[in-house]
Amino acid sequence: MDFSLFLNEAWIARGAIWDGFQMTVAISALAIILGTVLGVVVGLALVYGWAPVRLFVRIYVDFVRGTPVFVLVLASFYILSIIGIQLSAFQAGVLAITVFCSTHVGEMIRGALAAIHRGQIEAAKAIGLTFRQTFQSVLMPQALRQILPTWVNAATEMVKASTLLSVIGVAELLLSTQQIISRNFLSLEFYFMAGFIYFVIDFSIERFGRYVERKVAYS
Amino acid sequence: MADPLLVIENLHKRFDDLEVLKGVDLTVDAGDVVSIIGSSGSGKTTMLRCVNLLEEFHEGRIVIDGEEIGYTQKGGKRHMLPNSVIARHRALTGMAFQTFNLFPHLTALKNVTLGLIKVRKMKKDEAAEIAQRWLDRVGLLDRQDHHPGQLSGGQQQRVAIARAIAMNPKLMLFDEVTSALDPELVNEVLSVIKDLANDGMTMLIVTHEMQFAFDVSSEVIFMNQGKIGEQGPPSELFNNPKTTRLTEFIQNSSF
Amino acid sequence: MDYRLNFDAVWRDFDLLLSGLGLGLGLAVVSIFLGSFIGLIAAFAMISKNKLWRGIAMTYVTAIRNTPILVLIFFTFFALPQFGVRLGKIESFVFTLTFYAGAYLTEVFRGGLLALPTGLREAGLAIGMTEFRTKLSLTIPVMIRNVLPALSNNFISLFKDTSLAAAIAVPELTFYARQINVNTFRVIESWTVASLMYVFACYFIAAGLRHYERKLAIPG
Repeated sequence: MDFSLFLNEAWIARGAIWDGFQMTVAISALAIILGTVLGVVVGLALVYGWAPVRLFVRIYVDFVRGTPVFVLVLASFYILSIIGIQLSAFQAGVLAITVFCSTHVGEMIRGALAAIHRGQIEAAKAIGLTFRQTFQSVLMPQALRQILPTWVNAATEMVKASTLLSVIGVAELLLSTQQIISRNFLSLEFYFMAGFIYFVIDFSIERFGRYVERKVAYS
Repeated sequence: MADPLLVIENLHKRFDDLEVLKGVDLTVDAGDVVSIIGSSGSGKTTMLRCVNLLEEFHEGRIVIDGEEIGYTQKGGKRHMLPNSVIARHRALTGMAFQTFNLFPHLTALKNVTLGLIKVRKMKKDEAAEIAQRWLDRVGLLDRQDHHPGQLSGGQQQRVAIARAIAMNPKLMLFDEVTSALDPELVNEVLSVIKDLANDGMTMLIVTHEMQFAFDVSSEVIFMNQGKIGEQGPPSELFNNPKTTRLTEFIQNSSF
Repeated sequence: MDYRLNFDAVWRDFDLLLSGLGLGLGLAVVSIFLGSFIGLIAAFAMISKNKLWRGIAMTYVTAIRNTPILVLIFFTFFALPQFGVRLGKIESFVFTLTFYAGAYLTEVFRGGLLALPTGLREAGLAIGMTEFRTKLSLTIPVMIRNVLPALSNNFISLFKDTSLAAAIAVPELTFYARQINVNTFRVIESWTVASLMYVFACYFIAAGLRHYERKLAIPG
């Protein structure tokens, strides 16, 4: 493996690498943020929704979680164009990963809320807090702290899932890497590079997560 | 003679098919300290929890300071009042629980100010001042920035009491507040309660601590199978029990 | 929207879909089986006192867990040939999935090993067993029973990951679904059926595994 050759080629391709990297970040960030927001709604629906809503959301969650995320991406890409919703490959892919993320976050929130000891709800009631106040000041702060490590883990999963969009033609980092390789045939070096960049992204997310954990920890 | 602070009339409550309260009548005047004793299953905790509407009840009325709480008669049918009204009714009383139930993510100070800010709508400084006064009263001002996880059981219970009392309730409810504590921590909590009683706080205390009930109460109630078995001043009840059930109970409690 | 649902196109090729599902299951089983060996060795390495072993295992696990599996799949299939390692599609995928599984199983087994009472190993040594024999006859069997739920979860995850084999044209379920989709334009039907097949497969596998967990679990 000729390292100087690799560096040379990498420099030549730096524009494409940077664009691919940005695209990966865009896909991941969008999917994580939208997925988390939707996930909170899902989680709340599972805990507080009234029976038909809970059933519907439960089916949604179980269906999505039983399906490989790759299938979700492909289905999203192919189905949406047919039924007249004109979405770009990027949008379809982000939608699929967002849905995927929402079910993970939903389950996390459901678990965390269910685990809060009933006595606290009673204590809040006893002081005269309404349900809304109890939820805002007692339940959610604890639930969010609880799920932080798991959520960070899920976020890294979404970054990894962004690579699936390469299959539907979105020029994120993996596809860009493959395009570069098709020109200079340095597959070993460039796949390594791609892997390394993903590693750095995931590692940074984990580090950031641990930082946030420390800041919001009590005692 | 002022109107009674608390009136319970013909209180009935079921859990599914099991009737747990079979018609309880009770009157409590301001300043009274009423201890409620009895074996498990006698309904004493359930009755307490009906007073602050943590439990629903099926028949009867509860009136606090002239206001009937929980339910209303509309068009011949009994309805539960809307949630916002229920929340207000609950704020008329303060409750301390056997398992403390402090909010683990908040400091001792914030545990106490939460209700003041959200329910009594106070400003932060005002609330903090009141909270600190009560934390000082229970001897924990120096721990105001600690989280519950950093406090002992006795300390947590005292913070819980401060939290309830800082809301300025008309009536304090104590639900077996020392049953979950290590024996050496029980006294610090009991002396706080005694202190508050001496200041004239109206209290309902469900307890197993017979000596304490004897010392602090103006009246003792013995609950037996969902009804009041006997009631009267402590000296009467403990020294001259009139029913066999109470006599047995006192003997078994090694009082 | 002018789309009429017509499942015939899908039913016609249902046997293909089914064979794809079967292949996916087979790939998952082989990978988790082989991956378990890697995982066990790496787990023991991670809790050993030898810094070198710990370092190697740690690097392996961290590298694999932080790399998207698709990158690993492409790397093995396209880049390894440069080293003269030329594998067929299925072998390449199994190779990748095995090492992928190994990394996740390492964590599972490590947790399981740490949760074992220290007395177990000492009891084995006390009756005269060698370290190796103790591991084989005592530590591993007990530990595996304890981690069965985690193992089941990993297996189901792995099964879903077999869908990625389609990216290198391995004829598993997703590959055939896409083929049907592209050939017949029956977009909704093909993907719905494929999705439902995965969902039901996962459900039955989970139920089956739970049943075995209960049978194999240490009583009490």
